[in-house]
Amino acid sequence: MSHADTMGGHAGLMEKPAFAIPAKKMAMWLFIIADTATFAGCLVAYGFLRNATPNWPRPFHSITNVAIMTFILVTSSLTMLFAIDAARMGNKGKAFNWTLITAGGGALFALLHVREWLALIDEGMTLFKNPWGTGLFGAAFFSITGLHLLHVTCGVIALVAVGIRYQGGRYNADDLEITGLYWHFVDLVWMFVVPLVYLLNLGHFGH
Amino acid sequence: MAMTEGHKSSAGKYVVVYVCILAIAALQFVIAYSNITGPQMFTRMLILAVVEAALALLFFMHLSDSRGLLWFVVIFTVFVLLTLQYGWTDSFRLSGGVPWAK
Repeated sequence: MSHADTMGGHAGLMEKPAFAIPAKKMAMWLFIIADTATFAGCLVAYGFLRNATPNWPRPFHSITNVAIMTFILVTSSLTMLFAIDAARMGNKGKAFNWTLITAGGGALFALLHVREWLALIDEGMTLFKNPWGTGLFGAAFFSITGLHLLHVTCGVIALVAVGIRYQGGRYNADDLEITGLYWHFVDLVWMFVVPLVYLLNLGHFGH
Repeated sequence: MAMTEGHKSSAGKYVVVYVCILAIAALQFVIAYSNITGPQMFTRMLILAVVEAALALLFFMHLSDSRGLLWFVVIFTVFVLLTLQYGWTDSFRLSGGVPWAK
């Protein structure tokens, strides 16, 4: 049964999709806009606290871990694009493999993130206190990076689930692209988290 | 549209954008070790992050293909970001440790 049949023959009278993109893709864009507001709210609140707190700590001594994490996440965005590109060209196996590689990158990022958290907790940092300065730092750091880590984890699960369904023929290249939009957004948020939360809190000198 | 025929690979373009994003990210790390004031560092890093985000939005998320959607996303996001700045004046007031100072 065609879409026109289900609409009682009035499909031609229906409004065209917004911005000429599929409804599912539009829904993802609306989610991304809403999620941007969530992350922006967190980062602005963090900036507010940081600016208003005299003894804000700068506990990070090395950029190695965050640099590796950034490299992995940006690279996983590229592999996601390769997956969509392959799907658009009808190369299902290749698209599936690139999707799994992307998910693997995300999982590796999450593991490095958890390792970093454990190291900080080991140094005495919790949500409410740390050895270096105001306890607000832990709350801000764990909230922002935790929210991002939650997005990465959900993204990895979504990538695997959508990848398997794409491979099984239930989803198509559009579905892969929509999941890719989410993944790129997670990458995009990290582009702001790194300089604001990590690099501005490097403790090598006072400025 | 799940197009499969006649689609040209954009892998080359993606790699170029990817390298640009990595280069900008590397520049942020260099700035983190430069001997400049906090506000200068913040401004430079934020500008670079916006450029990175713009590249990702335009080429990874294909907003460059749909001008209408691009304006929709930009206008809503910028509006939210601007309204979030409402409390900043209070932040500067608090920074002196005298919340109720004139």
